[in-house]
Amino acid sequence: MQAEETSPQVRRPRAHAARMTHKVSGRLALRQVMPLACLSALLTCLASLLWGAGDVGPWQALQVLAGQGSDQARFVVLELRAPRTLIGMVVGMMLACGGALMQVVARNPLAEPGLLGVSAGASFAVAVALLLGMEATGMHVMVAQSGALLGCLFVMSTVRMSGARQDPVRLVLAGAALSSLLVALTSLALLIDQRAADEIRFWVIGSLAGRSLEALYSSLPSILLAVLLTLWLARPLSAMVLGEQVASGLGHHPKRVRKVAILVVALLVGAATALAGPVAFVGLAVPYVARALCGADVRRTLWLCLPLGVTMLLSADVVSRLVVPPSELPLGVLTTLMGAPVLIAVVRARRLPTL
Amino acid sequence: MSAETMLDPRAMNSPADRHAAATTDTLRANELSLGYGARQRHVTVIDSLTLGLPDGKVTAIVGPNGCGKSTLLAGLARLQLPESGAVLLEGKDIHAYKRREVAQRIALLPQETHSPEGVTVHELVRFGRQPYQGALSQWSEEDQRLVAEAMAAADIESLADRELASMSGGQRQRAWIAMALAQQTPLLLLDEPTSALDLGHQIEVFELIQRLAHEEGKTIVMVVHDLASACRYADHIVAMHAGHVIAEGAPAEVVTPELVRKLYGVECRLIPDPDTGTPLLIGVRRTSERLSGSAT
Repeated sequence: MQAEETSPQVRRPRAHAARMTHKVSGRLALRQVMPLACLSALLTCLASLLWGAGDVGPWQALQVLAGQGSDQARFVVLELRAPRTLIGMVVGMMLACGGALMQVVARNPLAEPGLLGVSAGASFAVAVALLLGMEATGMHVMVAQSGALLGCLFVMSTVRMSGARQDPVRLVLAGAALSSLLVALTSLALLIDQRAADEIRFWVIGSLAGRSLEALYSSLPSILLAVLLTLWLARPLSAMVLGEQVASGLGHHPKRVRKVAILVVALLVGAATALAGPVAFVGLAVPYVARALCGADVRRTLWLCLPLGVTMLLSADVVSRLVVPPSELPLGVLTTLMGAPVLIAVVRARRLPTL
Repeated sequence: MSAETMLDPRAMNSPADRHAAATTDTLRANELSLGYGARQRHVTVIDSLTLGLPDGKVTAIVGPNGCGKSTLLAGLARLQLPESGAVLLEGKDIHAYKRREVAQRIALLPQETHSPEGVTVHELVRFGRQPYQGALSQWSEEDQRLVAEAMAAADIESLADRELASMSGGQRQRAWIAMALAQQTPLLLLDEPTSALDLGHQIEVFELIQRLAHEEGKTIVMVVHDLASACRYADHIVAMHAGHVIAEGAPAEVVTPELVRKLYGVECRLIPDPDTGTPLLIGVRRTSERLSGSAT
């Protein structure tokens, strides 16, 4: 994850010549794309602060951001929309990076945590914990992460099934089966528990509505751990794309790297699910776009997943608040509407892009 | 046993003598046994094999399908834990090194490589510097220079920005060799570097390999399917059958009609190549007699 693409000190004539001709047709350098991606992330953050349910319109919200505005407007923007935006940013980044990592480990561009039952595993674990009487918000994160890990391990074991390598769709089928089973069981567990319908919907479809920053704080240690592990993983993972023996020959431990990567996926997707419920397709669409823009190297993909993940998740969230006022559409529905066309595009492509 | 002694001059010596004779080799196998599978279905592929790989030369490992060539190469590259014996790198057990340390001494080009879409030659060759990069170290000017040198040595500079997927098999294989060269290792192990290449591309790759050994002083060990190419391009041949080395030495010394019959079950005559003096196989035809079982 070092700034290899942009290191400025390399200025020898020969090295310089190699660098000058570095661009490949149809692909952009990270430093060209990154500013635009960050700008789009910033704009969606702003939109998320300006628009929403309630009486506070964009103009009033702008006044609040400028340090003015009524107390009510201040409350709506700073106490409701700002935490929601912050959580949305974190969730978007985690889901996008989780998807990108899972795709490299599964060597399958369709490996999306939401589709493959990782998110469903996380919600199911939380539903069971709720059924057993668990209350503390802080516990949700670890329970969700454990569930995500189990779901992840289960579905990754099917990668070794015969034919799964040749036909990437098989993995998705196995994941879809696991996912629907877990969603059904989650609904059942929550129905038994007799909680409000909203709670059930949250753990089955996902939403950013009414989430507190406390949940975010409690997931910070595991997010930090995931970030550190990802920094360590990036280089070996990029080499594993060349083949397992090649990666070994370059001094890496493919088995160890794969295990750690699965752990990171579980940490990220579990925390995201604890924060926003299961949200599908962000982990598919964002890495897909990132790869299309900057090439297949997972190091570049991961960097680009950060702003693009924020953009996708927050734009979905803003739209979910605006289409049926005063109520909201579930976030998961919106991301599915945005991401499903990407899935169809990938599957319909004559040749699946290899990872 | 008599044919064997004739084929292998070292076989006359005791194992201790053989060991002493070859301790100068940077990479060697000492009583090495390799296998795979759990207890019930266990298969020993390499059985107590002792072998030295001469420094600065091209060594070709030849033998019939399933004789353990690729397994031996994997063992030499530290990809497989021996059941007994050891692979010695600079006189020390290769498993006493960290993977990274081995990667700074041995570059491996496996048979199965994957050229991901959108990756250029230059990007591929950069991977060769990974064994030297720590978690926090930056891409240095030195790395950049070595990558450029490796591409120049593999004669692939002009294609630096081409995508691997868009190149011919020979060019792509040269790019992979450039990646291995960027590792800056004295040893280079290649598993069937020319399989799936046509004749022109095979020669392109073999000539590169020969140049690397003779001009840059690299020790090259390659598994080769085709005995004729091994005779033509290797300085040293290791003939394997059923997990054992049945002959080793310079091609002109060890490649005989008896050896060819033993290895592949075919009859042939050998004449010196009018151009290079290396053995040339002619009049190759089938024979029913094929060495079976263990060669000891």
